[in-house]
Amino acid sequence: MITQRFFSADRRIAVTIVALLAAAMIVPLLNLAVSPQSAFYIPPYIVALVGKYLCYALLALALDLVWGYCGILSLGHGAFFALGGYAMGMYLMRQIGSRGVYGNPILPDFMVFLNYKELPWFWYGFDHFWFAALMVLAVPGLLSFVFGWFAFRSRVTGVYLSIITQAMTYALLLAFFRNDMGFGGNNGLTDFKDVLGFSVPADATRSALFAASAVTLALAVFVTAAIVRSKYGKLLMAVRDAESRTRFLGWRAENVKLFAFTVSAVMAGIAGALYVPQVGIINPGEFDPANSIEVVIWTAVGGRGTIVGPIIGALLVNAGKSWFTGVLPEFWLFALGGLFVAVTLLLPKGIVGVWDSWRGKTKALRAASLAAEAGADAEVPQPKIVRSAARTPGAWSATGSEPQPAG
Amino acid sequence: MNKSNTILYLDGVSVSFDGFRAINNLSLVLDKGEMRAIIGPNGAGKTTMMDIVTGKTRPDEGEVFFDGQVDLTRHDEAEIAMMGIGRKFQKPTVFESHSVEDNLMLALKAPRSIFPALFHRRSAAEARRIDDILGIIRLGDKRDELAANLSHGQKQWLEIGMLLAQDPKLLLVDEPVAGMTDAETEETARLLKDIARDHSVVVVEHDMHFVRELGVKVTCLHEGSVLSEGTLDFVSADERVVEVYLGR
Repeated sequence: MITQRFFSADRRIAVTIVALLAAAMIVPLLNLAVSPQSAFYIPPYIVALVGKYLCYALLALALDLVWGYCGILSLGHGAFFALGGYAMGMYLMRQIGSRGVYGNPILPDFMVFLNYKELPWFWYGFDHFWFAALMVLAVPGLLSFVFGWFAFRSRVTGVYLSIITQAMTYALLLAFFRNDMGFGGNNGLTDFKDVLGFSVPADATRSALFAASAVTLALAVFVTAAIVRSKYGKLLMAVRDAESRTRFLGWRAENVKLFAFTVSAVMAGIAGALYVPQVGIINPGEFDPANSIEVVIWTAVGGRGTIVGPIIGALLVNAGKSWFTGVLPEFWLFALGGLFVAVTLLLPKGIVGVWDSWRGKTKALRAASLAAEAGADAEVPQPKIVRSAARTPGAWSATGSEPQPAG
Repeated sequence: MNKSNTILYLDGVSVSFDGFRAINNLSLVLDKGEMRAIIGPNGAGKTTMMDIVTGKTRPDEGEVFFDGQVDLTRHDEAEIAMMGIGRKFQKPTVFESHSVEDNLMLALKAPRSIFPALFHRRSAAEARRIDDILGIIRLGDKRDELAANLSHGQKQWLEIGMLLAQDPKLLLVDEPVAGMTDAETEETARLLKDIARDHSVVVVEHDMHFVRELGVKVTCLHEGSVLSEGTLDFVSADERVVEVYLGR
């Protein structure tokens, strides 16, 4: 039974990876090699839109690693996404060179406008792609490491941790709004021209960015699945379910959490870096706490503690958002809030969780009817939740079932 | 007092929470290889004593030594666990979303850092050790079952099995038979007596029948210090013990 369970989870992950790799090849092909008159043609705006959704899906997957598997409800993951995005944006700004409005070969337009005399030190190196790519990983990784080091060491958990992650992204939002931070103030970074020598708005570049997003997401699915399957992954869930038990077994729960938190932040940063060239802008609005909360909703809708769930959630909710904001723009936030309430109350395990328990039930029923037909009173497998996620439904904070021994 | 042959040595330990003295000048010595039962009414400080030994609570004063020389007040939970003190909680605490086997695997004595865990492959020796423990705790046929699906008594046994997997020198077992049937209680007594053959064990328990079954030296705690110590017959004949239990 157990092996069967793992096989089905394995198959789902394999299918997801194959689907993403196939999309990475087919979508650009249908955009570039098919004539616009054909029924199979995918217009560039769809390519860019879905590419953006894939970045969101990567962000949701990153959140799921800490929330679904370790019970750390981060309400600040948007900050890591935005930092990765800014690192990429800085590279794209330096690529503009003298083609800016003011024609300054070194200084980006907003610096000329704000009377900067020379390039601030933290912009050095961003004219090289490799350096920017390194920063995409290092900046969110370092911030999450330092943040997590203090938070987990001080045993801040549950709703308190959620609040300080929220405070972190809000603080960054305010900081990046300031013009003298040197990141373009509230206009952010935009008007990109080239990425790696290719024109950013060109169809071929957009297709390539789409493919890069899909392949990266496939890779992230693979890595996350490998982490979750490993002994460390089991430990991660053990910390989620009974943190003090792990401590009294000799594990350092704070290090277990810190590793997952840092890996997750790096994944979020990569998502941001892929996102920025596809939407053509990065501004402090990406640090908005509401963005981070939206990520939580995607993950919850798809099913936390599953790998495929957050991807499905991110794609569905964002597709819904694109449609809804076209039809009834002023009601979108109400719809989103309603969705969150509905999922919390009705589908605490999300779409994938519901699917799993439905599958489990039908399998058990089929086995039962087969056994009845055969006339044998063989042992009937009980309907079971097929995956091993989940604590109490609706328990959104990270406080587990810790024993609280009384004197 | 000479502590060279002791596994656990508490001397003059006191701790108070918001002015309430949970442990009051407690002294308790456990010899190597000894099994000891600790009884006492609610609030006597039994669990707080375990918190102090395992590093969860720091004592305000007093000495706590493990294995004759290690000062436990200088170490935290994880370090103390790695030195060889295993603790079973009052409420059975296992990893409910993992299988019985995985529960033991996470407890098995092995490097406790992130990267070895990330790239861990189960060795034949580990598989054998898990088989052994499954046999000892009588859960061999449940190895693939999720821990959440075990009965209350089986969870208690699994938790004891996890302690064994840690390969500790000293086991602290808090109310192992709470909520067990009579048959399970007897089985647990047998299990603990088995374990006590090559480990030092401290058992906190209310169930006098079970304590009698263990047949070991008994310490009765009251208001954070030792009230009486000796065989169960001696302790239960002690006037003061009768008094605190019956509340005269």
